[in-house]
Amino acid sequence: MAAPDPVETFRHESQELLEQLEQALLDLEHRQGDMELIDSAFRALHTIKGSGAMFGFDAVAAFTHHVENAFDEVRKGKLVASSELVALALAAKDQLRILLERPAEADAAAQAAILAGFHAIVQGGAAAPANVIAPAADGAAAQGWRISIRLARNAMAMGTNPLLLLDELRALGPARVTALADDVPPLEELDPTDCHIAWQVELGAPCTRAAVEEVFMFVIDEMTLELTPLGAAAPPPEATATAPPPTPAATPTAPTQATKSAPPGDSVRVPAGKLDELMDRVGELVIAQSRLRQVAGASHDVQLRAVAEEIERLSLELRDTTMGIRTVPIGQLFGRFRRLVHDLCRDLGKEVELVMQGEETELDKTVIERLNDPLVHLIRNALDHGLERPEERGEKPRRGRLLLSARHAGAQVRVSIREDGRGLDRARIRARAEERGLVAPEQVLTDQEVFQLIFEPGFSTAATVTNLSGRGVGMDVVKRTIEALRGSIEVSSTPGAGTDVTLCLPLTLAIIDGLLVRVGEGRYVIPLTAVEECVELDADAEAGGARCNFLNLRGSLIPFLRLNEVFGTPRDPEKLKKAVIVSAGDQRVGLVVDQVIGDHQTVIKSLSKLHADVEMFSGATILGDGSVALILDIAPLVAFGQAHEERLMTAA
Amino acid sequence: MSKTILTVDDSASLRQMVRMTLTGAGYGVVEAEDGVDGLAKANARTVDMVVTDLNMPRMNGLGLITELRKLPAYRGVPILFLTTESDAGIKAQAKAAGATGWITKPFQQEQLLTVVRKVLG
Repeated sequence: MAAPDPVETFRHESQELLEQLEQALLDLEHRQGDMELIDSAFRALHTIKGSGAMFGFDAVAAFTHHVENAFDEVRKGKLVASSELVALALAAKDQLRILLERPAEADAAAQAAILAGFHAIVQGGAAAPANVIAPAADGAAAQGWRISIRLARNAMAMGTNPLLLLDELRALGPARVTALADDVPPLEELDPTDCHIAWQVELGAPCTRAAVEEVFMFVIDEMTLELTPLGAAAPPPEATATAPPPTPAATPTAPTQATKSAPPGDSVRVPAGKLDELMDRVGELVIAQSRLRQVAGASHDVQLRAVAEEIERLSLELRDTTMGIRTVPIGQLFGRFRRLVHDLCRDLGKEVELVMQGEETELDKTVIERLNDPLVHLIRNALDHGLERPEERGEKPRRGRLLLSARHAGAQVRVSIREDGRGLDRARIRARAEERGLVAPEQVLTDQEVFQLIFEPGFSTAATVTNLSGRGVGMDVVKRTIEALRGSIEVSSTPGAGTDVTLCLPLTLAIIDGLLVRVGEGRYVIPLTAVEECVELDADAEAGGARCNFLNLRGSLIPFLRLNEVFGTPRDPEKLKKAVIVSAGDQRVGLVVDQVIGDHQTVIKSLSKLHADVEMFSGATILGDGSVALILDIAPLVAFGQAHEERLMTAA
Repeated sequence: MSKTILTVDDSASLRQMVRMTLTGAGYGVVEAEDGVDGLAKANARTVDMVVTDLNMPRMNGLGLITELRKLPAYRGVPILFLTTESDAGIKAQAKAAGATGWITKPFQQEQLLTVVRKVLG
């Protein structure tokens, strides 16, 4: 594997740092003077500057320097993190992002304006430029030097090795070293880690005073170092003068390096299709590996078993790594919206408290990336249309509340955007839809159906069109994007109390944990996330036949479905049946199976287009022995079970 | 015998650069991402040298240097810190805490090696 490029690492790192900076800045608005936040912002800036300069991002480093300075002042308590300063820093952060990602587009005028703003705030603060005085003249070279050296007592304990210093002097030219042991205390008082010996060195080489002093650059402040020129050479004027205050520069030579101008490497962006392909291959590998394990388990060949175990370990690691590439916590995505909400509130004159839940919920990276635009649209809509201005909110708190949440529900991830605004206007949506010919006037629609109309192309009920939303562009795109992810949108709304838009996304991960069950001859996989528990079906329930389809589970009645009836497979003679309790949303249903085989890592193979309308199965998988098992799609099954139950009830 | 250097920095890119430079020169490298981590790693095995950043979350470089010098095993072990030119005055603090020397950021790989060799031999 090629060594990773630090420049690339820096790019990624700086992205994170910029996000950290933004978080800190946004929080600072509410918690002015919170030292932890100020420190966090300062550290982010400091690292961007330091590492940026290291890897050739000079413009970034120079720009950051001034922002960092301002925050240093804040840190020292000389400045207040006013909202003015925070706003300026946010603007600076945007400029930094441009400088890092697309330096060609950097706007020098905007940067100058921001820096001028900082300067005005800091005003006479420690905004001194980073440029340090040019290195002092070395002074003329002498023929040689007599050097007397006495290090600080604790120099050795502090990690200085005098022998190395002497070696360095020897490297300058022929040297005669004399140790002066006059200061060594008697043995009983001697601390072996202290430095008691002084040295006298006669250096017979024409070198500058600075060259000698540089050898001692780290210790020169704490030691006595006397330099006397040797020989008949005309004494340079400063030779007898006291040594100039050392300005140690750790740069003996400064060769210009190729690393300075490293070309902007591009991170590896892989088309989603390729990742899917990789996951597919890994899935196949895991299947092949489990077959290998079976074969090896049946054999007595020790070597074969050893290899099989090795392959098992490797393929599981490979699987985890591959999955790791694909899933990221949704918090990353949510984090980006804080700024959006902040800016929108400012532009719209609204007061909103943004609450996030379930940021740790992991989702496929490609799904997360594609969720960005829909969520931006939905948040804009919520803020623009949903939430009222503070003065319009009546008895509700002036400050609106926007809740972004994500959670796993069965084999789905539900991402919802909920606000406590005015709610959707059913009548107006209906009127608008009729006007546009989307529904016939006499058509009866449920709330859900009416609300879904807002996702129709070209649909907008906003009385006034703002520059943010209300042009009817977007909501239909939202719907298309979500459907492309095989998800769906649920809308619920209460007039005066707010609207909740929930995106239900299937776990498109190519591998899921499943519970392998047997029904008749066939084997099926139930996604483990949907499974609540497995119970044994008692004989009474079983004997009740088709009339009794309820299971009494700790006092609550749960309808159950006999999968052999649903699938039309012959009944298994085996008496003791098991019911797997699965849930979708708030509803639960028991699935009666003949045998629970165990948990199983399932590689989802999608069904062919011909089978796309088969509702009860979401895919298929290949088992260790090469046979095929269908994967149950829980949501339709639960709905079917509930409906089935209602039919029975009404029939009875 | 190759010597092992502990590099402590919250900047992954810098750690990576330091590691590449040092391993390229034949040193062994242990990485830590802040002072707390650094102290734990320094305790886990005594290294021959420590190169630490100063500005880090949880425990900064000054804290780390102070803590390390309290450990008998780290008496005499060279500790370098990384600093920027604007950090004037902090050098004195770091030296007082027990640092052996410093490297000014930004630096080139050669410069890092020069200083490491100077202090570690």
